[in-house]
Amino acid sequence: MKTLTDLKKIREKAQEEMKLRGSNTRIKIVVGMGTSGIAMGAREVMKTFLEEIASRNLTDVLVTQTGEKGLSSMEPVVDVVEDDKPKVTYGNMTPDKVKKVIVEHIVNGRIVSDYVVATGN
Amino acid sequence: MYKEICNKYAPTKDNLIYILHDIQDTHPQHYISEEAVEVVSEYLKVPANHIFGVLTFYSMYSTKPRGTNIIRLCESPPCYIKGSDNILRKLKTMLSVNVGETTKDGAFTLELAACLGVCGNAPVMMVNDDVYGDLTEEKIEEIIGKIRGGN
Amino acid sequence: MSLKRIDLLICCGSGCVSAGALKIKERFHAVLTEKGMTNEINIIETGCMGPCDYGPVMVIYPEGVFYKHVSVDDVSEIVEEHFIKGRPVKRLMMQDSEDQVIASKKDIPFYQKQVKVALANCGYIDPESLDEYIATSGYEALGTILTTMTPQQTIDVVKASGLRGRGGGGFPTHMKWQMVLDATADQKYVICNGDEGDPGAFMDRSLLEGDPHRVLEGMMIAAFAMGASKGYFYIRAEYPLAIKRIKMAIEQAREVGLIGENIFESKFCFDAEVRTGAGAFVCGEETALIHSIEGSRGNPTPKPPYPAIKGLWDMPTVVNNVETFGNLTTIFLKGADWFASMGTETSKGTKVFALTGDIRNTGLVEVPMGITLRELIFEVGGGIINDKKFKAVQLGGPSGGCLTAEHLDVAVDYESLKEKGAMMGSGGVIVMNDNNCMVNVAKYFLDFSVDESCGKCSPCRIGLKQMYDIMERITRGEGQEGDIDELLRLGETIKQLSLCGLGQTAPNPVLSTIRYFRDEYESHIRDKSCQTKVCLNLMHFDIDKDKCIGCSLCARKCPVTCISGSREEKYTIHQVDCVKCGNCLDVCPVKAVTKVPGIHADVIAVNEIKCDMED
Repeated sequence: MKTLTDLKKIREKAQEEMKLRGSNTRIKIVVGMGTSGIAMGAREVMKTFLEEIASRNLTDVLVTQTGEKGLSSMEPVVDVVEDDKPKVTYGNMTPDKVKKVIVEHIVNGRIVSDYVVATGN
Repeated sequence: MYKEICNKYAPTKDNLIYILHDIQDTHPQHYISEEAVEVVSEYLKVPANHIFGVLTFYSMYSTKPRGTNIIRLCESPPCYIKGSDNILRKLKTMLSVNVGETTKDGAFTLELAACLGVCGNAPVMMVNDDVYGDLTEEKIEEIIGKIRGGN
Repeated sequence: MSLKRIDLLICCGSGCVSAGALKIKERFHAVLTEKGMTNEINIIETGCMGPCDYGPVMVIYPEGVFYKHVSVDDVSEIVEEHFIKGRPVKRLMMQDSEDQVIASKKDIPFYQKQVKVALANCGYIDPESLDEYIATSGYEALGTILTTMTPQQTIDVVKASGLRGRGGGGFPTHMKWQMVLDATADQKYVICNGDEGDPGAFMDRSLLEGDPHRVLEGMMIAAFAMGASKGYFYIRAEYPLAIKRIKMAIEQAREVGLIGENIFESKFCFDAEVRTGAGAFVCGEETALIHSIEGSRGNPTPKPPYPAIKGLWDMPTVVNNVETFGNLTTIFLKGADWFASMGTETSKGTKVFALTGDIRNTGLVEVPMGITLRELIFEVGGGIINDKKFKAVQLGGPSGGCLTAEHLDVAVDYESLKEKGAMMGSGGVIVMNDNNCMVNVAKYFLDFSVDESCGKCSPCRIGLKQMYDIMERITRGEGQEGDIDELLRLGETIKQLSLCGLGQTAPNPVLSTIRYFRDEYESHIRDKSCQTKVCLNLMHFDIDKDKCIGCSLCARKCPVTCISGSREEKYTIHQVDCVKCGNCLDVCPVKAVTKVPGIHADVIAVNEIKCDMED
């Protein structure tokens, strides 16, 4: 490391690694990981989100989890939470649907209305 | 053996404290003998009386043989306020020793330390390099028992 | 890019480690491996998070859930419930005053009044990772200074910030630096004083363990400002983890060229190494510390010459405290004005305090200077444990003094504390409830100073021992008229004539307790009574016959068989033979045994007979 630019490069990479602890995220994806969600494949859904986000290098997206919210028949359930926008809830998610949500909603900002089961809080 | 330890360090006086730590940590009875002092004196070209001066100044050095495990109970005021005197009494009766003494089986030496700097979890003691906090008489039994069992 | 979705930050400060944090970490590794989740969860060992009495503690991000008193047995549940199902384990979370679970670390009252500067990264980053330090703008300040500023400009920023030494004396940091910059010499040294020894203060340990690169960067800024090319960390041997972390930080910095020749392509070259002590409190005094690094007894020498003129190996040397270094990077990143906007007229910025004793939230806190003691103890500290009454607070360890309830609204800064007879010291705050006997506490502090006196100058070596003997006599019940005056006379003399800071401040606990609790001294001396029932010779045990059920447990447990009686007559203590071991009090199932202040009439009578016979 010889210059401030070198330092900056390391910093950006390191901040990326630490973003779970930061608050500079644009979108939060919350996967319902209750017993029924997991039984319906929520872990695969979660994994796909993580892999897609990693491969596309989406630095401002955070994946987290929550418990059951009672929509058992629609599990796995995923919330997409954006600042200043109503929450979007997707149901009956699969790894393929996740890929579509990533492309359409997360990257291009277009809600995939076919999968939506609820909006707002 | 002492010579080998010395050889790990450059023969300058400022390494004295390190060499003494190393000798003491390496010795099974955790102390620094007269013989060791002579070797160090020769190696560093520092008079033996200077080395004895240093040895007796710092509380962590011992010129007497000690036990396998060194218990250092913190006697500082924050620990005292939280009841370290009860812990000391418990240790003394459990090990049948006074402060500065070693148990008959050579397993433990009981010492007091000025402050271990873990005051948020007072009362505190160190056994060798491990710190134990929020001590109670029951915990003492458990800790000593475990170390005894481990040996 | 990583697939991780959870950062699990386990506090591995000494407090939590002493409570079993490392075993918990191992258990997490085992459980996560078993469940095949190791690639989803980052386990990070951090430095001290502060609230030591809740240890072991941990924070789980992204939610920021804070868990306390975690045990090895809780690990499976945390993984199963929280990590897999997303349901935080409520019973391990903090609760507010209405017993509501507090969801996130940032909402815990303990953290709310705090402003973290020196401790900003402690408990947030992995102290063994250089990258994580860099992520928090680490080494940015150093790089900017080296590439755009002169040493004098660097000192001027520190001057404008108003930073004063955090180790005790409160000497303006820029003045020390200026003296060394102005000195001409082939070699200059910078030393980090990590020989924190004040009982009740442990912020230096926490900072060295929790954010070692910050301290190293601070040291390098200082080195550049005064033209030093070599630095020493002098750390107590009692802090093995701090020593390990600093050594690691130096190695990491060397590997990437942050330490070495022409750092940031400037002309600045620097190297650092670690030296350890071997258990001597006086080595915190800067001249003693220098002698210890040189391989000698840590005896202080008179000043002047100041180390800034003639220090390590007779070269100009600056000795700064760990926390002082910890403030520097932030001062340069956020600006001197920002730093100076916090605090009081004479004391700027923030200060780390170690809360210990009978206080609910023991641990480390960092608050703006000028906060009142009431805010510090009752809001940040959560008040007195078990809702007992606040009696006194000892500030500044064995060099400081006691303050009382009437001082609770004093603003904490260097000058106002000194005026009241206490001192900032390194920031130890020992809180005491009304069960504490102030005479006994003062004796205890004095005992510490007597033990740690190096013996070089006679006021400290002999004078403190004289004071201790008087204190000992008073607590033994043999105090005499005139003792208080003699203590005051000795104390003032020792303060004026001692060679170094240890002796100059050691009488303070006695002097301040006489100032604020003189009545306690008087009742010990004149009435032979310890109102708090701490001094054994000035209290006795008694059995309340109305409560006693005659079970005989106390009599059977008495080591000197001085308790007798029967189920009908109840039990009585024969006071003359009692050794005051307290067994009877401990075993009584109906709490009929009580402590009573003062010597029992029977004992007084026997003592008088003895005196007569001796005459």
